[in-house]
Amino acid sequence: MTFAEMSASEFVHSTDTRRMGTAENRAGVLLAALAAGSLLLTGCSGSAQADGENATPQDGGVLKVAYDVDPTCLDGQQVGQNVTLNITRQITDSLTDQDPKTGEIKPWLAQSWDVSDDAKTFTFHLRDGVKFQDGTDFTSASVKENIEAIEDLGAKATIGQSYIDGLTSIETPDEQTVTFSFDKANAQFLQATSTMNLGFYSSKTLKQTAEQRCTGKDLVGTGPFALDKVEHNKAIILKRNDDYDWPSSLAGHDGPAHLDGIEFSIVPEASVRNGSLLSGQVDVDTSVQSQDEKTLEAQGLDIVSRANPGVVYNLVPKTTGAIASDKAVRKALIKGIDREQLNTVVSDHQAPATSVLAKSTPGYEDLSAALAYDPDGAKKLLDDAGWKPGADGIRVKDGTKLSTTLTYWQDAPFLELVQQQLRTIGFDLQLEKKTIAEVTALQAEGKEDFTFGNLTRSDADILRNYFGAKEQNANSRKPGEIDEILARTTETLDEDERKADFTEAAELILDEGYSIPIVELTGIVGTGRDVHDFSFEASSRYQLYDTWLGGDQG
Amino acid sequence: MSLRYLASRLVQGLFVLWVAFTLSFFLLYWLPGDPIIAMLGAGGELQSYDSAEVARLRAEFHLDQPLIVQYLFALGDLLCFDLGTSIQAGTPVTEAIATALPSTLALAASALVIALVVGTAIAVAATLTRRPWLRDTLAALPGLGVALPTFWVGLMLLQIFSFRLPLLPAVGTGSPAAIVLPAVTLAIPLSAIIAQVLFRSLQNAWIHPFVTTFRASGYTRLRLLLRQALPVALLPALTMGGVLFGQALAGSVVVENVFSRQGLGRLAQTAVAGQDIPLVQGIVLFAAAVFVLVNLITDLSYPLLDPRLRDAGRTVEKKDSGTFAEAAGNEGARP
Repeated sequence: MTFAEMSASEFVHSTDTRRMGTAENRAGVLLAALAAGSLLLTGCSGSAQADGENATPQDGGVLKVAYDVDPTCLDGQQVGQNVTLNITRQITDSLTDQDPKTGEIKPWLAQSWDVSDDAKTFTFHLRDGVKFQDGTDFTSASVKENIEAIEDLGAKATIGQSYIDGLTSIETPDEQTVTFSFDKANAQFLQATSTMNLGFYSSKTLKQTAEQRCTGKDLVGTGPFALDKVEHNKAIILKRNDDYDWPSSLAGHDGPAHLDGIEFSIVPEASVRNGSLLSGQVDVDTSVQSQDEKTLEAQGLDIVSRANPGVVYNLVPKTTGAIASDKAVRKALIKGIDREQLNTVVSDHQAPATSVLAKSTPGYEDLSAALAYDPDGAKKLLDDAGWKPGADGIRVKDGTKLSTTLTYWQDAPFLELVQQQLRTIGFDLQLEKKTIAEVTALQAEGKEDFTFGNLTRSDADILRNYFGAKEQNANSRKPGEIDEILARTTETLDEDERKADFTEAAELILDEGYSIPIVELTGIVGTGRDVHDFSFEASSRYQLYDTWLGGDQG
Repeated sequence: MSLRYLASRLVQGLFVLWVAFTLSFFLLYWLPGDPIIAMLGAGGELQSYDSAEVARLRAEFHLDQPLIVQYLFALGDLLCFDLGTSIQAGTPVTEAIATALPSTLALAASALVIALVVGTAIAVAATLTRRPWLRDTLAALPGLGVALPTFWVGLMLLQIFSFRLPLLPAVGTGSPAAIVLPAVTLAIPLSAIIAQVLFRSLQNAWIHPFVTTFRASGYTRLRLLLRQALPVALLPALTMGGVLFGQALAGSVVVENVFSRQGLGRLAQTAVAGQDIPLVQGIVLFAAAVFVLVNLITDLSYPLLDPRLRDAGRTVEKKDSGTFAEAAGNEGARP
């Protein structure tokens, strides 16, 4: 009797969950009573807000930020989730900082640094007087134990580990000096020291297990804000670190942060976030839907956005796949997408891809000529390769249909337009939206012809990391010319030389069709009238040290 | 009521829990996807993983064992009252549930109180009125209440009472005012069920001879209804306890999402999306346990409310509302 009743009520509510317009999937159907659909991260980013006025910043106030998803694990050394890293950036500092405008690396906890000519040895000279929020000193020993902790985290710290790949020793000759030695050239390491994935925690934090650190208890950094309270699905509260006096050289002021604290609440419903922002119940909506942008702007609220640097939203072919192994097919896909037309379905703040890399990536070069829309060229490529149109318009070769199923979890409605565009060249792209858990598991199996996604990093090294045959090898291909070029990029810190090499690699990647770029990932953030200097660091995560609240402008 | 009856009910309850545990275990494991990859890929960006490390983590959660061994592991832990650790958040499952529980309880309790008051009021008013159009309108309300999607009602209430008129907060679990809109939203389908059942049984009670007898002895319609017919009609409504509880729990998934409230529903939703198997199982087990308990309490309380069942002892049988009213009606007419 009990179960019959339970399932009856389940069915009533499973209809409700469908109305929420969220991802339908087998997990959701099976557990309809429990799952209200998955409300997923779309990725947040944006560009520094240009406050027109030159008002004097005011101290005080708690910034109320509405997140769309709950950061399940709060340890920034362990996860690459934007919602986590936005918090990590406020509670930890890094050795260096990266200028979001120029991509230059600037002093932060390290006042200066020396890099050997072979890019194998990096020595950092630390700032004096820096303290963790628990009162302990930040010294070269802290740097050493943090990096060693990342090594110990294993697969739980994939991102951090890719930054310190090949590390042979960490020397600490004195409290203010730390030297990293690598067994091979590792030019990207300097930029990596500016990321929050390599942010620093106190010894007390590092003594805990990985699981304990995830819960956010005793997650102690040196940052301008300290983690005060973590209640999942309710609120994550940060309070100002009053002793803070070691901001990045890029910061707008000295001493403690302007805000008394920051309160992140988790508001999964987009319309509720929007209404709460409009009615002043929250100060920041971190994920504005494109249909709400006009309303916010009409009401005089600011929309800020900055494209995530790194690899854009793209289709990634696996050379082991039945149809993705054909270079003609991969190239035809690049030619068959009309990126200008995609403008009509994405936000005004979002741009179609002009390269494998987003425009906000240091070392980016415009390669839009290689991405020109050329449906006739695409058809010719496919004809020449033996893919002949079948009765239903879908091309066929030796009994194989030019058809693939793409699973994805992102909020990416533009894929439906891509689907239509590719249909006209005779390519059948079936779309299946699933949960992150299902999609990542399918990707890990590596059986699909194409995957979809982006990668955030404010350094072109993401190309080497993701496409390199010795690294993640996204295309499951054999080592080749691309890898030789990518290897060169690790050997020099000369920006011009690196840019030239990365551009050559990107051109080759597009020429081989190893990436089919679509649009840039841009998170759209709405801020209330009282919010000033809401800014973004180089990887498009929030930097709220200079942010202030002031309600004096009517 | 004998101890034997109680013991057999408890054994039945444990059986239900075991079935719930087993079913949810196999359903979750047969889902496509991999909880370890899901944990590592929490950021959602494309990544590849060191397969040796993934294998090590898989072993840590016993996920490398054959399914039946994993099941026995999990069952063994359960017998030691160990529900395991959430794969995603790293907190013990019991702690995660204990943190989420109070706000869901507060929400469900306030919704039930509102639903009882509103549902009873609608049923009583529909029974009392002599105007057919009013009675028909009131009698149609429960159908409407069940049909309105909770999700939509929640958003409408937010639009009106939080965004347009700044009366109540839209977001959060903290302040007492924050519970008003979610409780009202959740109360609508619940009150519809109560009103429907109560109205039917009141109508049944109303046509019985004891009503005529009481009216002849000078009772007003209102007094007769409240003092005599309502207590009789409440009995069948009591059997709805389990259904109402299920409805409240299922509704909390939607309501907690719309109103951004902490709670079991939100916890369940994120756990399912992230394939956090230990956490989903913990929640399923908890819900099943409360179900068993609510039904047991309902059954045990019948004899307390209905004198005829005290003699019947353990042969508790469900009677349709007509019989109850008739029997009670005869009793009522006796003095």
